[in-house]
Amino acid sequence: MTAVAEQIGAWLEQFTNQLPAPAWLEPLRKTAFQRFAELGFPNTHNEEWRFTNVAAIARTTFAPGRKGVVQTKLAKGPIQLVFANGHLLSKPESLPKGLEVGGFADDPVAVQKHLGKYASFNENAFVALNTAMTQDGALIRVARGAVIEEPIEIFYLTTTGKDPIATHPRALILVGANAQCTIVERYTGVSEGAYLTNAVTEIVVGESAVVDHYKVQQEALSAYHVATLQAGLGRSSVFSSTSISLGGALVRNDANCILSEGSEGTLNGLYIVNGTQHVDNHTAIDHAQPHANSHELYKGILDGKSHAVFNGKIFVRKDAQKTDSKQTNKNLVLSDEAVVDTKPELQILADDVRCTHGATIGQLDAESLFYLRSRGIAKHEARNLLIFAFAQDVVDRIKVQSLRDSLEKILFEKFHEHAE
Amino acid sequence: MALLEIKDLHAKVGEREILKGIDLTVNAGEVHAIMGPNGSGKSTLAQVLSGRDMYVVTGGSVTYDGKDLLELSPEDRAREGIFLAFQYPVEIPGVSNMYFLKAALNAIRKHRGIEELDAMDFLNVVREKMQIMKMDQALLNRPVNTGFSGGEKKRNEIFQMAVLEPRLAILDETDSGLDIDALRTVAGGVNAMRSPDRGMIVVTHYQRLLSEIVPDFVHVLADGRIVKSGGKELALELEAEGYEGLGLHDEPEAVGRI
Ligand SMILES: Nc1ncnc2c1ncn2[C@@H]1O[C@H](COP(=O)(O)OP(=O)(O)O)[C@@H](O)[C@H]1O
Ligand SMILES: [Mg+2]
Repeated sequence: MTAVAEQIGAWLEQFTNQLPAPAWLEPLRKTAFQRFAELGFPNTHNEEWRFTNVAAIARTTFAPGRKGVVQTKLAKGPIQLVFANGHLLSKPESLPKGLEVGGFADDPVAVQKHLGKYASFNENAFVALNTAMTQDGALIRVARGAVIEEPIEIFYLTTTGKDPIATHPRALILVGANAQCTIVERYTGVSEGAYLTNAVTEIVVGESAVVDHYKVQQEALSAYHVATLQAGLGRSSVFSSTSISLGGALVRNDANCILSEGSEGTLNGLYIVNGTQHVDNHTAIDHAQPHANSHELYKGILDGKSHAVFNGKIFVRKDAQKTDSKQTNKNLVLSDEAVVDTKPELQILADDVRCTHGATIGQLDAESLFYLRSRGIAKHEARNLLIFAFAQDVVDRIKVQSLRDSLEKILFEKFHEHAE
Repeated sequence: MALLEIKDLHAKVGEREILKGIDLTVNAGEVHAIMGPNGSGKSTLAQVLSGRDMYVVTGGSVTYDGKDLLELSPEDRAREGIFLAFQYPVEIPGVSNMYFLKAALNAIRKHRGIEELDAMDFLNVVREKMQIMKMDQALLNRPVNTGFSGGEKKRNEIFQMAVLEPRLAILDETDSGLDIDALRTVAGGVNAMRSPDRGMIVVTHYQRLLSEIVPDFVHVLADGRIVKSGGKELALELEAEGYEGLGLHDEPEAVGRI
């Protein structure tokens, strides 16, 4: 067997041995696995994966996640869905009117109608693999017109020892017309060795709906985390997704949005990496129709020998006149050995549009540092203040207070390690 | 003992020597004005005194309150009582003026063995000083100098000085870019700080400020050296005859530099 066939072979075994799926899901899983086998894991000759080498994932034989003990303490929120090693562990006890939160078995009709319709596995081997391995997942459904004030949280916990396991978290979020909700997806892990989280989240934002989505990635530092977010925005809807990426050895986030007429899409991100961590954020915003706005602000803080990749695609289709789109990627590099690869990719076919983009890679500003020190503030404190300040505008945009507070605490703790 | 004693100070940036042997003694209670054409090294001297490492001291000595000043980090100089009002105050987005100044004041108080202030006490301390500087309290919640007008920035510098209560204040062209009202406010703030325990070095290009803050001594800096020293009448002399009267010329000023 060739190396590639061997890699696929281990997954084929897992695919074949997994629990039977409901009849309607079987064909989708089969097609997806077929596609995964054809694609194989991407290598760095693939333009989309040029700076992110997943050979370590391809080489590893992962066991499926077993139902296990949860070692992570969770802050209890009222609307919470918890998956442990890929298995649904707990569901909320009571729910506000107009909201469904549960596993796929809770509403098979809705799942069947929507699952896999948005996140295409045609080009992306990880999405294909996730789809092929889907057994259960998070289902959130907000009825037309319902306004859910409390954030809806989904926790994905991985607890494992030295043996590598893989989970394929899947979420399907369906928000009806005129509805409003806030969704927080959190990925955390406790492990001694490598494990893989290969996640796909599909979000359907109904006409005039307002959805805020947050993803907090705090995997173990030995983890591989690959995830795709696919959001479809209905007419005049407002959607934002904020990706906070802190953990993981090798992280790849794809965030894709398709905008209909009059809609507004925001993709924000903050990544903080150190040591040999690698984080890759690929975003794609598709202005499929006129009069839509998109905003993008991704900020990165890099230390050690870490590597960050940002790729921001903006498509403006021929009919998408009056598009207004702004993309910004800023990187703060704290060491000489950290590397950033950042690239905007704009494809604009309409002529009456406003599209701006900008990327910066910089160090702490020496003048600002001196100014603070000249007032008596210690060097390391001045440094921390400036790092904090750099992240501030992404943090400030987070509307969930508890999330903002916990993030500020994390930032504070992280950058006090620098104290000399 | 003199508060500050500068002897034969030489400093360079890159390969270029800018300060070419400065001698200056400032006693507590004195106000010294340093005048001189653009590019003569006034800001360089001010920045060297507060410890900017971009400028490398290549010779001479600076003794402050009996200590070797050049040995101290910028923050330790500040804690020991040195304050520089920047010619170009730095904008720091994302750091609130209030957080910044409270951190600075508490670092200095801690160093002096005084109890640190909580937010309430801090507000009480600053409120009164903001009034003297005719500053809107809203400026406390804004990021440091960010989006401030030129005048607001300069007033913010003097306000910081008033809060931090230094023993040696160095004001680098605090008058430039101010209209006469703002100039009077700033000068009022500075004059209120004059005290027998405090020395001041007031760097200015024009005499205008010195009719508001009347100095005890005036020095003329040219090409990295003090070429003339005298009493307050020297400023008037310079005003009448210009630097040209001394055979000195302005260097065209580079944009955005310190
Ligand atoms: N950071 C720097 N890099 C290069 N040259 C500098 C720098 N700072 C000052 N200089 C030069 O040193 C000289 C003195 O500058 P400065 O001290 O700012 O003068 P002043 O404040 O009297 O106008 C000028 O010729 C200026 O161009
Ligand atoms: Mg100057």
